[in-house]
Amino acid sequence: MSVAPPQPATDVDQAPAPARSRFDLRDRPELALVPVSFILIVLAWEYGVRLLDVPSFVLPPPSAIWESLVNQLQTPRFWNNLWVTTQEIIAGYLLGVTTAFLLGIAVVQSRIVEKTVFPYVVAFQTVPKIALAPLFVIWFGFGLTSKILIAALVSFFPMLINVIEGLRSADQDQIELMRSLDASKRQIFFRVQLPNSMPFVFAGLDIGIVFAIIGAVVAEWVGARAGLGYQLLQYIYDFNIAGLFAVLVVLAVMGLVAHSFIRLLQRRFAGWTETERTVGA
Amino acid sequence: MSVTTQPPSGTQHRDADVDRWIEIHDLDKVYRPRKSAPVIALQGIGFTVRQGEFVSLVGPSGCGKTTMLKILAGLIPKTSGTARLAGEEIEGSRRDIGMVFQAATLLPWRTILENVMLPIDVQRLDKKRYRARAMELLEMVGLEGFEDRHPRELSGGMQQRAGICRALVHDPDVLLMDEPFGALDAMTREYMNLELLRIWRESGKTIVLVTHSIPEAVFLSDRVVVMSPRPGRMVELVDIDLERPRQLELMQSDAAGAYVRRIRKHFNAAGVVH
Ligand SMILES: Nc1ncnc2c1ncn2[C@@H]1O[C@H](COP(=O)(O)OP(=O)(O)OP(=O)(O)O)[C@@H](O)[C@H]1O
Ligand SMILES: [Mg+2]
Repeated sequence: MSVAPPQPATDVDQAPAPARSRFDLRDRPELALVPVSFILIVLAWEYGVRLLDVPSFVLPPPSAIWESLVNQLQTPRFWNNLWVTTQEIIAGYLLGVTTAFLLGIAVVQSRIVEKTVFPYVVAFQTVPKIALAPLFVIWFGFGLTSKILIAALVSFFPMLINVIEGLRSADQDQIELMRSLDASKRQIFFRVQLPNSMPFVFAGLDIGIVFAIIGAVVAEWVGARAGLGYQLLQYIYDFNIAGLFAVLVVLAVMGLVAHSFIRLLQRRFAGWTETERTVGA
Repeated sequence: MSVTTQPPSGTQHRDADVDRWIEIHDLDKVYRPRKSAPVIALQGIGFTVRQGEFVSLVGPSGCGKTTMLKILAGLIPKTSGTARLAGEEIEGSRRDIGMVFQAATLLPWRTILENVMLPIDVQRLDKKRYRARAMELLEMVGLEGFEDRHPRELSGGMQQRAGICRALVHDPDVLLMDEPFGALDAMTREYMNLELLRIWRESGKTIVLVTHSIPEAVFLSDRVVVMSPRPGRMVELVDIDLERPRQLELMQSDAAGAYVRRIRKHFNAAGVVH
């Protein structure tokens, strides 16, 4: 994750001068620093491993990982595994965050729901959810269902906490304004509380997708017949560490794509949550 | 630059005494915060406002001016006493008031025009019809061209002016204004004072305005309610007997100066410099 460097405040009305364009490296040094440092790390890794004669089952050089990745991409088995895991992640994620969103609304809207549900939420939060994976495999089998449920469970909690926090964060003055206009409870919810919660909701969505990926992969380790997590385990049994790294690269790319997609949604549907245009993507 | 589009007039109140359009009698307000001692914000307040009258509340910080307005708007309950508006006890939110808040309180996800149109949206009035009025109001306060911007792109004073438009857009009978001009520079403030007087004269609204500026209260009002803090009490009710329509030069007159000095005396006596 890159941290945006501090930037000079620019007037909105002002046309950006050429010297201060978006792609000026003085303003956004990460545009150069990230690729350059990446190349340096890969080079150091490649030649370090060769010079020190590190066995490839301990740490393979990047070139071997790349080779393995390219080979895997040509097998139907890889695409099948990718498809299986993608399904688990997306189905589990959507199930988890949707349930959390609706429950969060119910908790904030109703005292009774809050008092009833909250003790369970607090108690459950301290349980390492991922540790339930073996149980879920026993209950729901080696197929997709157990993985979907684990992915749902782990993405559920960060989303729930964020939705509740976001809805509660609604500005008291704004609610008072709505009441001064004789707004209904429903209007206050849709026009003030819900929009106010958007930065939190998107934070929940962002953390949730990472958790869903972890959940699906770990659940596959416990018991599965296909999927990227399953594939990862196979490579470990075979001491194919280059193959394992290649799968990790694929998982990292999946995470990045999902994160970017959520940022895109945020920009599209809640653009005002980005207080400054300087926040790096 | 004048707002001509008049929306359909609101419901007519029957049985209401126009001389006691707003009627406050022996009103107390005690805040009871959960974690600290009770605060007596208002004690024994009593005044009436005629329909179409312009009344200002002045007093040092913390004397309960905002509290008084919120009770009038039905936003918070009084503790005891009487508070009536248009012949009915004030019991909760109502649609015949427009309120300008001390902080502009715009919704950051709405554009300026959408913010101004909020009352129309909430009260399900005819959007097409009121849109022209919203644009005229924005033009009047000097915000033309900013209607599609978001609040964060505007200065504090500009946001406050948008908040004034929002309070006026649905043409409420009663305007409650909590330091509406606090964030404005002196020039804009004088201009807004004159515009407010013009709107008031043309529309016949009843206005209750809170201000920190004694000259502003004298210039605008028919009557000034002078308050003192801890607990918030009324110390004097000053009738401002100056001819109308009023021009800015009026403030140079001896008569106006005398009113300002008379009101200011209360604060000096209380050790508050204003
Ligand atoms: N929600 C609240 N809970 C507890 N005490 C409050 C609350 N709101 C106001 N008060 C107290 O009531 C008193 C009057 O507050 P109020 O906001 O009405 O003053 P004000 O005259 O509007 O002041 P200012 O000129 O600074 O805006 C103050 O002592 C304040 O601390
Ligand atoms: Mg106040």
